[in-house]
Parts: sequence; structure tokens; C-alpha cells
Amino acid sequence: MSDMVERTLTALPGLFLQNQLGGPAASRAPFFSRLGGLIRGVTALSSKHEEEKLIQQELSSLKATVSAPTTTLKMMKECMVRLIYCEMLGYDASFGYIHAIKLAQQGNLLEKRVGYLAVSLFLHESHELLLLLVNTVVKDLQSTNLVEVCMALTVVSQIFPREMIPAVLPLIEDKLQHSKEIIRRKAVLALYKFYLIAPNQVQHIHTKFRKALCDRDAGVMAASLHIYLRMIKENPSGYKDLTESFVTILKQVVGGKLPVEFSYHSVPAPWLQIQLLRILGLLGKDDQRTSELMYDVLDESLRRAELNHNVTYAILFECVHTIYSIYPKSELLEKAVKCIGKFVLSPKINLKYLGLKALTYVIQQDPSLALQHQITIIECLDHPDPIIKRETLELLYRITNAQNVIVIVQKMLDYLHQSKEEYIIINLVGKIAELAEKYAPDNVWFIQTMNAVFSVGGDVMHPDILSNFLRLLAEGFDDETEDQQLRVYAVQSYLTLLDMENTFYPQRFLQVMSWVLGEYSYLLDKESPEEVIARLYKLLKSDSISSETKAWLIAAVTKLTPQAHSSHVVEKLIQEFTVSLNTCLRQHAFELKHLHENVELSKSLLQGAQNCEDIVVDASLSFLDGFVAEGLSQGAAPYKPHHQRQEEQLSQGKVLNFEPYGLSFSSSGFTGRQSPAGISLGSDISGNSAETGLKETSSLKLEGVKKLWGKEGYLPKKESGADDKTEMPHVPAEGATMENADHATTRKDQAQGLTQSTEEKEKQLLASSLFVGLEPENTINLLGKADVVSHKFRRKSKFKVAQSDKTPSVHNPASSALDSDVARGDDGCLSTLETRDSELSSESLAELPSVEKLSGVSSPAPSLFADNNMEVFHPPSSSAPSTAASLLEEDPECGHSCAMEVCSNDSVSVSSYKIWKDDCLLMIWSVTSKTGSELTDAKLEIFPVENLKVIEQPGCLLPGMETESSKSFQYGVQMESPSVEGTLSGFVNYQMVKLEFSMNLSLLDFIRPLKISTEDFGKLWLSFANDVKQTIKMSEPRVALTSVLTELQQKLRLHVVDVVGNEGLLACKLLPSTPCVLHCRVHADEVALWFRSSCSVLSDCLSCHCQKVMETS
Amino acid sequence: MMQFMLLFSRQGKLRLQKWYVPLSDKEKKKITRELVQTVLARKPKMCSFLEWRDLKIVYKRYASLYFCCAIEDQDNELITLEIIHRYVELLDKYFGSVCELDIIFNFEKAYFILDEFLLGGEVQETSKKNVLKAIEQADLLQEDAKEAETPRSVLEEIGLT
Repeated sequence: MSDMVERTLTALPGLFLQNQLGGPAASRAPFFSRLGGLIRGVTALSSKHEEEKLIQQELSSLKATVSAPTTTLKMMKECMVRLIYCEMLGYDASFGYIHAIKLAQQGNLLEKRVGYLAVSLFLHESHELLLLLVNTVVKDLQSTNLVEVCMALTVVSQIFPREMIPAVLPLIEDKLQHSKEIIRRKAVLALYKFYLIAPNQVQHIHTKFRKALCDRDAGVMAASLHIYLRMIKENPSGYKDLTESFVTILKQVVGGKLPVEFSYHSVPAPWLQIQLLRILGLLGKDDQRTSELMYDVLDESLRRAELNHNVTYAILFECVHTIYSIYPKSELLEKAVKCIGKFVLSPKINLKYLGLKALTYVIQQDPSLALQHQITIIECLDHPDPIIKRETLELLYRITNAQNVIVIVQKMLDYLHQSKEEYIIINLVGKIAELAEKYAPDNVWFIQTMNAVFSVGGDVMHPDILSNFLRLLAEGFDDETEDQQLRVYAVQSYLTLLDMENTFYPQRFLQVMSWVLGEYSYLLDKESPEEVIARLYKLLKSDSISSETKAWLIAAVTKLTPQAHSSHVVEKLIQEFTVSLNTCLRQHAFELKHLHENVELSKSLLQGAQNCEDIVVDASLSFLDGFVAEGLSQGAAPYKPHHQRQEEQLSQGKVLNFEPYGLSFSSSGFTGRQSPAGISLGSDISGNSAETGLKETSSLKLEGVKKLWGKEGYLPKKESGADDKTEMPHVPAEGATMENADHATTRKDQAQGLTQSTEEKEKQLLASSLFVGLEPENTINLLGKADVVSHKFRRKSKFKVAQSDKTPSVHNPASSALDSDVARGDDGCLSTLETRDSELSSESLAELPSVEKLSGVSSPAPSLFADNNMEVFHPPSSSAPSTAASLLEEDPECGHSCAMEVCSNDSVSVSSYKIWKDDCLLMIWSVTSKTGSELTDAKLEIFPVENLKVIEQPGCLLPGMETESSKSFQYGVQMESPSVEGTLSGFVNYQMVKLEFSMNLSLLDFIRPLKISTEDFGKLWLSFANDVKQTIKMSEPRVALTSVLTELQQKLRLHVVDVVGNEGLLACKLLPSTPCVLHCRVHADEVALWFRSSCSVLSDCLSCHCQKVMETS
Repeated sequence: MMQFMLLFSRQGKLRLQKWYVPLSDKEKKKITRELVQTVLARKPKMCSFLEWRDLKIVYKRYASLYFCCAIEDQDNELITLEIIHRYVELLDKYFGSVCELDIIFNFEKAYFILDEFLLGGEVQETSKKNVLKAIEQADLLQEDAKEAETPRSVLEEIGLT
């Protein structure tokens, strides 16, 4: 019977087709399911509007059905399918989400399956309703029915709330031992999912991953490779020992040892092969010894993949990638090059594209490869498929040098003019600007190229391009006359552009123009300042100009005013803009007015600005010290940096959250008072938080208040300005027709009717212009040349920072507005009035630290770095000269580990120990010779590790311990991003012998107690949002809080802030200064830990360690 | 890891969507609209790969239906093309020479098959036999459940009584 049903069902679509063709379908298909009816209805409609009407109707009837109590689960299942369909059409069916969860919970197998499917399609990981599914999943995971378990595992591998992982983790771990391979496979994939969303929650089951890797079923093993690929990507050094296993597996796969069902088009398990090749590539990177293990199998993979099928090409492509990633072997490289050739020369477009990609990848290692394939590259450059074209340009970008830059940039510009997608434009414009700056052959070309960049890239491009360009103009390069020529040419070119009628330029381009005209139009003899001012004024009056650009324009006029003889236009401008509704513009206008009236002042200020090179900047603003001191003495609040204010605001914002924690505190206060030994601190804390809460409510509340006025004036105005920006940038004719740029290409475009041979010649010509300078024998001297050229347009850093004890030379309190501008005249792009424009001022703020750093370098006092402790790793210089032993005696607070031998051979042994210093982990390695021979030439190197920061301590020798036969090395280590463990490996080099070692560092090595008061604890607690909660079951029936706290204090180096009843507060920090606070509560045989930190990963990792410590105790 | 998979018709109608990364509905709609437009605008002889935003798109047309996958930068384009092909093979085997209408009317089945083949954006099972076995098992149980519980209503529903 079921057979018949099935046949009828599959025949339905066919029937439907006939109905469609045959006329009135509805009457002939009465048995159609409701879904079928809906789909048929939608397909029959012609307009989007009708569809909307029909679906809305459908949705409202569905809404009524799903919420009716009489609806059976079977009907519900049918409704779910229809809801999925409506959502796919783009309509909101969120009312049904809860019913999908209910269906997964209550339905029989058939309904459950649809319920789970609907849940996985409707919801996302952080959807709140997902919590309701957890119970169902737990129940199904424990079911005896395999299909139910499979469904639960499938849904877990797709979406599962991160914080509920502990609820299912043990169940899923159990499934790794299940007798059915499908269950084991899905369990591995579920763990993979967990690893992706919360890596630290599965840290402890790494051994089980290894078991999965050795599973007798190839499917389970393949699934475990997903996890290994991720883990190895993050920490390749930790899995080097598995290299041989991966190689063996790959050998077996390539050799056809797997069951035939894993083959795909008679290629053995291609997915598995590719995964393994990727893993090997990661493992062998920069590691000769590991790479050597895999040379054979890579060679075999290349050899075996000979079938002319897509899937073998996929394997070959991955092989080539791996061969180029690992430590090179010339024999393999040769074969890989041949392989790339196969791709590039293939008539299949997909393979050609990948060939270009591979070339792009390897071209930097071997530029001569481009020469081999130059004709193909040329052909691809004019390929009708834009994707191929773009990839070719990417390739050319990598081989650009001073000799071919003109041709390549021209090709890129051609492509740029055709592209519409913003992402491509931003990317390409950045590359062109970079090449132009590096390799520009002359001024004219440079300015014209940049004109094209600005007019096309306009308002979407990266703002750095603009400031780099202006800085380059202002600072110039070494040749002063060249500099002037560049500026003159820029001015000329902009004046021509502005004279063109009916052309619109992007705002950013206009800003560049106005700055350059303001600064440098005096260099031009032909043009009088009045004429330039008139042009700027015309722009100012245009409707398409944003207010930000207007500010730039007025600034330019201000700079030109003292040079002008007649001031008719300036006066008109002042008159119009002093009544402007935009406060920013109005202020600029008033400043202009002020300067215009006071000729002396404006001359002294603005004439000087043209010659801005020699202005000395007092970056410490020491001339304001007196003012600050006066302010402070009058009771002003001390200055807080922007980030500090922001942090405080954030922490204050949190106070009004209805966190359940406040409640638990007050209850703990209760128990505290009841117990005889209780200290009533609990109420104290809650009182504190209430107090801070009160403070916040009394301050101005701005949320929900419509922002009408901002820094730049009335805000809606600004929005209209932003609208202006979206106008299509117009390409200036000048930039587009760079006639002398490339004759070969322009001729080529016209040469369509010409014979084949001329076309060939054109190609040869283009090739010679593109690939010039790539021949190997040429490379060396050309690179040298290119380097000289590349310096030509590179910025010089010319910060001249005054020592704070010098009296500042530029300081005129009369006009503070211009003062700041002049003071930063050296900054080039910021040298005008618009410094106070909000965007620019934020830019200038961002620049301050770099100035500080520079001043720090130039001055001998290292104390300047003290403020920057967070960024600059600062090893303690005092401890360096003392011996390790005395260091330990002097500093009893620093714990240290016992020395441990990390590696040895016949003649030397290396031992190591850790010293847990307050500001870092100090690692000491000592190399001792067993034979007593000299060790002076021994060297120790540490491999870089991603999340650890290792700095060799200056003066690393420990004289006291130093003998001829032993030598010590000392490194300071910090953890940059929290993780449960890290591996530090390196080698000792001694008389040509290389001795490798590796050591495990735990997060705990970098945790230090954070000594804070209970009040501070409360503040920190409220300011952190990342919660991690964990309950640990203890073996003893009754746990004493004190023993738990001592445990945590001793083994994890946490600081016990306070004890309230059966609750404890602890705090610690991850070096250098990431705090983590934790709350610990004991109840019968359970310890509930609640972590909060500014860094969620830290909480996770720490909770993992806590668990380990408590469970072993 | 695969980011998402879309199936759409030549007219740009979405037939199936599977997202392996959490995105808002608005974002999903925007991506779908832009991608469908871009892919449909491409000519038949063009390359099956696209660089789109920071993702790589791999697409292939089977009859009137486009299969379109988004993968990450380091993923292999060619093998993704084979993933699409294997999925089509699976559909074909399951439905028996599959056509677009099969997928339109039985999209939930198409989802079930996809979930057995790809899980969380990674290939779960590469053996065609094993995937179909898993689907058939679940289907069989469904059939049993159907017959045991409400044999009549099923027949009623399809109009055979």
C-alpha cells in the first residue's frame, strides 16, 4: 500500500504540469494537498502584488490554525511546511517559530522530523526561543530510537545555544562510543560545531578527538578532520606529532585502500584527500623536518591525479597549494609549476581561472613564472568574463615595477571605469593609489592617475588615500624643485578640472582640490588669487556641495585672502556665511572676517603657513600647563582621556540593567546576618550598587531624545549633505584620456578588423611592456632601481617634536583657532581651519599617540613609555643583571617552578623553569654542557606563537650562574589573547647541532591576583557583560567555602576579595591587565561559579581551569 | 566552511536556502537578492566562480535551476562544484530523474537530503549509498508511523478513498 502512496505522490508534479497546460487546474485536481495548492496558486500569479496578497491571506489562516487548540500535530506538521514555504518567499512567519519547537517536542517521528527541520531553518544560534529546544534535544539524545538520536544530533550540529552546551556535552561524548557509525559521525560533527562556537568548552575532550581520528569507519575519521583542520590552523605546533598519521592516512586513500563506496567518479575519497592536503600544508609551513615527512605522499598524489575530471583537478590544485606552503623541495616545485601550466593553458574557463589564481599565489616566490605564461595572461586581460579580467589584474598588481607601472595602472583604470560594485571599486582604487605612490615615473602621470582615483573612488574609497596624498604634496620628497613642480602641476590640473562646465566631482576630491588650491596656488604666476577665490566661491554656492566640503572651501579662501588685492568676493562670502544656519560654517566665516579685518595678524599667520616645513611642534602642549594647574586649583575635574570616559559611561549604562545578581546579593546579605559569624557586607554591596544607580539616574538621560543639534550644527542639514555624497562620481575627461599612457593598447582596441598577425604583434608588444623587468637576470639590478624609485614618492616622516622644557616657538593666544592649525602645520592635510571639523579632529586625536611615541624614542628617559604599558612590552630592567637565584630571594612574592629538563642530547642538556613575576611570566632556559666544553656560541630561539608575546630580556645573561659550560637565556612571556593552554617551542643551536624543545604554558601562568576592594569588585561586576556560569559537583557531601576559596587562591592565584555567608568574591587579572571577577557559592556538594570579564574567552578558559582544579582536589 | 547554499530558478525564484552562518533576515534577503541578480546576469560560457564581497561564490546551472554556494577564501572552488554535483546526484537518485518540480513540491525532502549530506557547512558523508540509506531509514519509519496511526486520513488526503 505504501508503495502505491509513494508512486502517487511522485506522480503529482507531473499531473500538475499537465493541469497547467490543460487549462483550469483547480477542478481537475481536488485531491491536491494544501501545500500543493498554495504553490500552484503562487506559480499561477503574475504580479508581485498578487503574490503578496495571497501569502498574507495564507499566513493569517495559518496563524489561526496553529494557535487553535483543536489543531492536531499532524495538521501542525502540514502547517509548518507551508510556513517554511512562505518564509522562503520572503514573508515573515515568526508567529510559527514557537509551534515548530513544540512540534519537535511533542510529535511522533514523522512530525518531529519536520519540527526539527523548521527550527533549523527558522531560528539562528542566538535566538531566544532556542533555549526551549534544549530539553527536547536532551530527551531525544537519550532515546533508544536511532532515528530520534540522529535528528537531535543533526539539529545540534546546526544550531545550538552556546551557553547550553554543558547540558548536552556529556551525552554527545557518550555517543562517540556508539556502535553505529552514523551516530559517531554526527556526534563528531556536533563537537566540531561546539568547537567553533565555544572552543574552550571542548578543550578537555581532545583525547577523544584522537580516538575519532583512529575510528575504523572512514566517515567518522573524515568528520574528525574538520576539527583538526581548525585546531591546527590555530596552533600548528601543537599537532606536529600527528603529521605521520595524516601522511599515512593520505597514502592509504591515494592508494585506493578505502571501500569503493567512498569513491567519487572513480577517484578515491576526494573530499578526504583535500582535507588532508590542507592539514599537511598547515603543518609543514616553515618547518623543514615536518615537511620532509610529506614529500613522498605529495609526489604520489600529483602522480595519481591524472584523470581528466574536475575532481582530480580539485586535488591537484590543493596539492600545488600545499607544495608551495610547506618547506620547498625543488623537485616538487618543478612538478607543481607544470601543474599550474596545465591549469593556465586549459581551454576550460574554470581551470583557467584557478590557474591564474595559482599564479597570483606563487608569483612573488617566482616572478619568472609570469614570463612563461605571458601570452595567456595578455589574452585573459581582455577576456569577456570580468571575473577572469579581475583575477588577471590582481596578478599584474603583484608583478608591478617601475618599468611596467604605466601600462598596468592603465589596465586597472580601464577596469575600474567599468565596475559598478562598491566592493571592487574600493579594492581597486586602493591598489592603484598604492602603485602610483610607489612607482610613479613622473609628476604629470602621478597627478592624473590620482585624479582618476579620486573621481572614481570618490566617497567610498579608504580615507587614508586622501590624507596620504596631501601629506605627500606637503612634505614632498628630497628634491625641492621636483616638489614645486608637482605642486604647480596639481594646481594647474585642478583649475582646469574646475573650469569644466556641468561636471560633478565627489566631495572628497573637491576637498583635495580646495586644500591644494588654498596652499599652493600662489606658486602659479598666471592666475591671480582673486580668480582662484572666485572659483572657490562658485563652488561654495553650488547645491551639490556638502557642508564638510564647504568648510574646506572657506578655509582655502581664508588662506588666499591675504594674497588677494581686491576683496570683493571675500566680503560677499563673509556676508553670506556669517548668517549661515550651520554653526560650523558660520564660525569659519567669522574667523575669516576677523582675519580679513586684521591684516597684520593674518599676514603673520598665513604667509608662514605656506612654508610649514620648519615649524616646531610642542606635542606635549606644555605651554598649557599653567592653565591646567590654575584650572585644577580652582576645583576643575582632572582630564580623563576619551576611552576612559567611554568606559565609565559604559559601566554606568549597565547599572540600570535588571540583573538578577543584585537580588542574590541582598539575599546573601540576609544569610550573612543570620549566621553568627556573619559580616553584613552583603547589604553593603547592594547599597553601593543602589547608590551608583542613583547617581546615574540623576545625570542627563539622552536615550530616546531626538538629536537635532550636533557638533556641526542642526543635524538634518548634515544628512542632506550626506545625500549629496551619493551622487555618481563623474569621470574627468582628463583622467580618462591619458593619451600618452599606452599607445599599444589604444591601437589594439581599434585593431579589430586587422589581420591575425598584427594582433599577435600587438600582444607581443603589450607583453613586452607588461613583463619588462621580470627576467631573472634582470631582477637583481632592476629591483635595486625600483627601490630607488619607490622611495621617490614615499612620505618622509618629519615630525619635529619639541622637548617639553623648550619654550614653544609658535604660540599666539590672540587667535586660538588658527593657532592650533599652525602648530600642526607639519601634518600637511590638517594645516587649516577645518581642524575643528568634527571628523578631522577625531583624526587628529588618533594621531597623537604616534607623536608621543616618537618623542619617547628621541628622548633618553624611558619613563615616557610608562603610560603606554599596555602597548609597549616593557621588561623590567632592574632584574636583568641579578642572578636567577638571588632574584628569587629578593622577591619572595614571585613564585617559581622547579627546573625541568626540556630536551637533551649526548653533549648538552636544556632545562627550564618559570618565574611568575607580577608583570609577566619569566621563562629561564639554561643550557648546560655535559662534557664541560665551552658553550659560548650556543644560541636559543623561540618560535613565534600566535597568542603569546615573547620578548627576549635585555641583558639576558645571568653572570652568577654563567660558567663556560652553561649558559642561560631569559624571556618574558605574555598571553595576548586568552586560551586554556599555549605551547612555546624553540630550539637551541649549538655547534651546528639543533635541539628542539617545546613546553606547555597554562593560562594560569599568566593569571595574577587582582587586589581590589569589595566596592571596586561591585563596579567591575556591573561593568562586564560576558557571563560564564558553571556548577561543579564535588566528591565530598558537604563542601566548606573556605577550603574552596583557599584552593582557588593557591592553585589559580585568585585574590579573595570578600566572603559573605556561603558566597565568596574573587578577582584576578590576565597579564598585563585584563580583569576577571568571579562569584562562588557553595551549596551542599555543589560549587556554583559565576565568571565575568571584559573578555568572554578569558571567562571560559578560567572556568575550564577551575573545573580541573576542583575536580582533581 | 560553506557559508550558505541557495537554489533558485532561471526566473530568480528561490527554491531552497540553507544558511550555515548566523545572519539577520534582512541581511539574508539582501544577499539573496544581490546574488541571484549577479548570477543570472552571467553568460553561460563564463566561469563558475565569482568573487563577491569577501566570499567566493561557486554556482552551476542544472536545467532551469541554479545551485549556488558561498565558501570562504581558503576553500577549494572545484571541490565545491563537485559538492553541488553530488547533491544533484543524490536528488536524482532519490526522486528518480529529478526535475525542478520535484524540488518545488517536495522541498522538505530536499532539505532532509541536504542535511544528511552537508552538516554545519561541512561535508558529512561522501558515500552516496550511506546518505540514501540514512534517508530511506527515516522515510521508512515515517511510512510505518503513517500506516500504524492514521492510514485512512493519508488516503483521504490524497483523494484515493
